[in-house]
Amino acid sequence: MFEAEQQADLFPYKEGKVCFMQKKRKMTLERRHNLTGWAFLSIGVILICWTSFYPMIQAFILSLKSGLGVNLKFNGFSNYARILKDPTFKGTLFNTFFYLIIQVPIMLTLALILASILNNKDLRFKGLWRTCIFLPCATSLVSYSMIFRSLFANDGFVNTVLRAVGANPIMWFSNAWTARAVIIIALIWRWTGYNMVFYLSGLQNIEYSVYEAARIDGATPRQILFKITIPLLKPTILLTTITSTNGTLQLFDESLNLTNGGPGKSTMTMSHYIYNTSFVQSPNFGYAAAMSIVILVMVAVLALIQMKVGDER
Amino acid sequence: MNKGKKAAMYIFLTICSLFSVFPLYYMACAATNKSVDVSRGKLIPGTYLVENFKTLIANQDLSRALWNSFRNATVLTLICLLVCSLAGYGFEIYHDKGKDIVFAILLTAMMVPFAAIMIPLFRMFSKLKMVNTMAAFMLPSISTPFMIMMFRQASRSFPHDIIEAARLDGLSEIGIFFRMFIPTMKSTYAAALIITFMNAWNNYMWPKVILQTNSSITMPMLVANLLSGYVVDYGMLMLGVLICTIPTVVIFFFFQKSFAEGITGAVK
Repeated sequence: MFEAEQQADLFPYKEGKVCFMQKKRKMTLERRHNLTGWAFLSIGVILICWTSFYPMIQAFILSLKSGLGVNLKFNGFSNYARILKDPTFKGTLFNTFFYLIIQVPIMLTLALILASILNNKDLRFKGLWRTCIFLPCATSLVSYSMIFRSLFANDGFVNTVLRAVGANPIMWFSNAWTARAVIIIALIWRWTGYNMVFYLSGLQNIEYSVYEAARIDGATPRQILFKITIPLLKPTILLTTITSTNGTLQLFDESLNLTNGGPGKSTMTMSHYIYNTSFVQSPNFGYAAAMSIVILVMVAVLALIQMKVGDER
Repeated sequence: MNKGKKAAMYIFLTICSLFSVFPLYYMACAATNKSVDVSRGKLIPGTYLVENFKTLIANQDLSRALWNSFRNATVLTLICLLVCSLAGYGFEIYHDKGKDIVFAILLTAMMVPFAAIMIPLFRMFSKLKMVNTMAAFMLPSISTPFMIMMFRQASRSFPHDIIEAARLDGLSEIGIFFRMFIPTMKSTYAAALIITFMNAWNNYMWPKVILQTNSSITMPMLVANLLSGYVVDYGMLMLGVLICTIPTVVIFFFFQKSFAEGITGAVK
């Protein structure tokens, strides 16, 4: 121990002032530890600052400029004023929130139900069920968009089945509401298993004896769910709600590859619109940046509300 | 639990599992069938796989896309695991007030939507003449608050006695990390590896923006390209999707067991 400390000491050892030196040595050791800690986390922190915080500031500055391509001039808050009057932005805002309000609750409830069933000790083939339900998460966003696109195509599998049972085929992608429904079904398919894994892990941290005690006391399954499972899973539920909200507000691949925003722009999401504004039509970086700042504010506000609600419960 | 409820439970699980697996089965079948048969709703594997494969490689540079995706995802995953675990370890093991504040600020970066920083990032990398480079593709995803948080939580279960004992034995701080921490935290690393590799492999928006030449094409971009043209060849499309899906599924099956353990450690 003494040797190690002596080696660790940066300052030359002086005889005679043992008491003082011991204090000083302890402090330098602490300081050294402190600095080692900073060294450990420095690369990660610098990278996040460089590729997240710095571009965010840039985006804000950019949002105050207007013009096409690289000819940008400062123009105050005119981009933000334009957002308020832009019907396309309002449409994409509606779509995004529609997906959010319908899909996130259904998906999280389903994930929670599945996780609590899978956590049952007497259940057989547990691994098989878990693998099946998690498997969709292994597909890339583009891939599953393609799969659903081909399943719901006019001459696709779903319509073939509808015809076979004598129902009229539905032109899924020519109507705004059916197209939105396909996107929501696809999203639920892709993400339920992912959230289930988090719930399952949370459930495994709850002692099984708690459940047994409740059952001996005669609690119904419903009581067990609402009085034990949900309160104890609160941190996990909060985490999944925030990440799902965040993910849905940033929806891009599905909008682009599943429906291409269509029919018209009736299924387009905000991120898709931002992408189109910056890279597809004549690039208007300033306006796109202003819209992305609006998304950022919405994500932050929703996360704050969710954290507040999660704390109070 | 009575028998009726038990049966209902198994039926519910079966329906959910079928719903989950069916689109993937459909994809695999479609890859082996003619486009016409796919549309007709044929649900048994066919014999058209080789023809579909020939059309696919005649249409797109499959080997290049596969190589690019593998290289990008593997290098990114390795660097990401190293950087994020170092940071998570640093935040937890040497934690003090200053580091806790920095960590709280980092967490707010989780809320930054990628669409919001995409344009400035693109402008930044084009100023640095880094468009179409692998580095520009990797840099924004190397260090993520989510991964750092995961490793920070996991470091909590790393016994301090081990660190003290290793210090007594004269091991340097970085030595403790590499020789003690990494071997004990295998399951956390496995979970992080699955998540990072899948994200890197499946990433579409950022590569679409930053990798603009044909030679830097990745698998998701190749799949998206298959849709261009007036008539969609479903057999070929689904084969492309299948090839794009196999690596992530393999990785998942390979690390599945440690994945569940790793997530459990991180959610605690």
